[in-house]
Amino acid sequence: MATARAEPSVIRNAASGVAKSAGKQHRQSTGDPAFKWMTILCAAIIAVIMAGISEELVRNSHLSIKQFGFRFFVSPKWNPVTQEFGAASSVFGTAVSTAIAVLLAVPLSLAIALLLVELAHPVVSRFVGGAIELLAAIPSIIYGMWGLFVFAPFMAKHVQPALANTLGLLPLFQGPPMGIGMLTAGIILALMILPFVSAVTRDVLHMVPAVLRESGYGLGATTWEVTRKVSFRYGMSGIVGAVFLGLARALGETMAVTFVIGNDHTMSASLFGAGNTIASTLANEFSEASEPMYLSALFELGLALFAITVLFQIVAQLWLRRLGRTMGTR
Amino acid sequence: MIMKHLMVRCLAVALPVAALLCCAPARCFAVTVNGAGASFPYPIYSQWAYKYESLTGTRINYQSIGSGGGIAQIKAGTVDFGGSDAPLKLEELDKSELVQFPLVIGGVVPVVNVSGVSAGQLKLSPELLANIFLGSVNRWNDPAIAAVNPGLSLPNTAITVVHRSDGSGTTWIFTNYLDKVSPTWHQKVGTEKAVAWPAGVGAKGNEGVAAYVQQISGSIGYVEYAYALQSNLAHVLLKNRAGKFVEPTITSFQTAAAKADWANAAGFYLVLTDQPGDDSWPITGASFVLVRRQQSDPTKAKAMLEFYDWCYRHGAEMAEKLHYVPVPLNVVELVETNWRGAISANGLPVWK
Repeated sequence: MATARAEPSVIRNAASGVAKSAGKQHRQSTGDPAFKWMTILCAAIIAVIMAGISEELVRNSHLSIKQFGFRFFVSPKWNPVTQEFGAASSVFGTAVSTAIAVLLAVPLSLAIALLLVELAHPVVSRFVGGAIELLAAIPSIIYGMWGLFVFAPFMAKHVQPALANTLGLLPLFQGPPMGIGMLTAGIILALMILPFVSAVTRDVLHMVPAVLRESGYGLGATTWEVTRKVSFRYGMSGIVGAVFLGLARALGETMAVTFVIGNDHTMSASLFGAGNTIASTLANEFSEASEPMYLSALFELGLALFAITVLFQIVAQLWLRRLGRTMGTR
Repeated sequence: MIMKHLMVRCLAVALPVAALLCCAPARCFAVTVNGAGASFPYPIYSQWAYKYESLTGTRINYQSIGSGGGIAQIKAGTVDFGGSDAPLKLEELDKSELVQFPLVIGGVVPVVNVSGVSAGQLKLSPELLANIFLGSVNRWNDPAIAAVNPGLSLPNTAITVVHRSDGSGTTWIFTNYLDKVSPTWHQKVGTEKAVAWPAGVGAKGNEGVAAYVQQISGSIGYVEYAYALQSNLAHVLLKNRAGKFVEPTITSFQTAAAKADWANAAGFYLVLTDQPGDDSWPITGASFVLVRRQQSDPTKAKAMLEFYDWCYRHGAEMAEKLHYVPVPLNVVELVETNWRGAISANGLPVWK
């Protein structure tokens, strides 16, 4: 039965196969544009969402922009009773906490990535790499709670008094050691962005072609020389990208910062002092703001943060482009 | 053949799952009432809701997001009732078509974390409290504090003020008191759910303030009394209007509340701070509930009002255990009479 029917079916299959391949070509010529338009649609959705967010922010801050104008960004006042608002303390806090985070996290991340790629035993590298990635998975509110209940007392009892004793002459390290404050918030932010920067840096260093590194070793360079002059040079644009990724995360981090920064609308010269960031102010005050001017001022703060993030993205792109030109990859 | 087999397999999985998901008759008809607002009464509301659900099956879900949040949400219509420590004036109630009534009364207590000072030891006068929060008195061994506390040795540490970072009815009650007793405070700061604090750090929620005061040595903050007890913080004695130093206790809150004139308060707008009486605690406040005048679901509205009625008549003991003051029964009668006239669903009054 099978063989009796085989021949016609073989012919049928062959015929349909020919037809299929002809149809497939026809389908391919419709499949490709369809795929193209689907991906364009997905990308366009992102653009539409971005435009929607910025439109919403601008529209809702209109009241505050009209009332305060440019003064908003230089005024440190934040008074819900008299309805006078100013973003200076929030922007300052965002800048300082992010700066501390990046200054602490970037050297550490580079060192960790170096260890994992160049120096460590593969088993150690896998284990430590896994631990770093686990750090990235911890929710930010857990960082906040850990910061408030474990880290802040540690800072108050050991770290801040030690800093005050050794560097206390600098205005940066004066004031009562409360544990909570700008320094603690900056350190917790550093812990949060460390995994991202080190993971990306590690991948970047892995991608350095072995032939380049071996050439360096072959010419008699030491491990450190190969790392500095070959690996880092080759992966510089990737590393810069990783740093900006971490920076963007630190700019917008909310809950971890709200728990430990002290939420005070002042600009303190000391790192031990309390402050606030744009994200922490929004987290604290947005749900209860009932007056239109208050809400509008908060929206304007959100718009400021949005603008700062976009600005950093542009700076990152320009820097990477310039790096590409000097390093010869473009 | 294959399709049929697949369908049978799907049904074999789906039917038991559907049966599990389908609630038992009692839960199928259980009403859920959603509320949000003040963190001040959150401990007692959650206890009441738990007990009430075990008795009747009606679920009352209350989220502690702050008084400002409660007011915003009830005005926006996203919750069935809002909780606020700051009462709304009658004009605002009329504009937003809300009914307001007190559900429980409590006290705001300043708490300290000073080495060598235990609960109920430190005495403060109203002006001194205001000056500490203004930042003009900033060390614990300041002569002004020593003058009121002879015999108590206070260390030479800086005073760290801890206030609320979020908008809150607890802040409203506290600043209302400071506003009344200190002209400097009235001029410089004022009273609101969120103010421009002249000094100190901010923590989120009563829980946050309690945590900060526990952590920071030499700190002073203000919390609702239940939080002070639950976190084992050292409370202070305050000098009241009659000139006596009082402890925050049920009796002192009750004394402050008893002298209040609820019958003549339009929309039940009454602030209980700085009330007369030898034993009155000066920072007492009622926590209010806001509901809409026009209810869309009569069953849910009735269930909600029955919950409040239960809280008034059967929740007094639980309230006192948590150091809240139950609303006096004569006030309950006023509140329920108001419900009869003000709250309706589909044109008919909800409460008979």
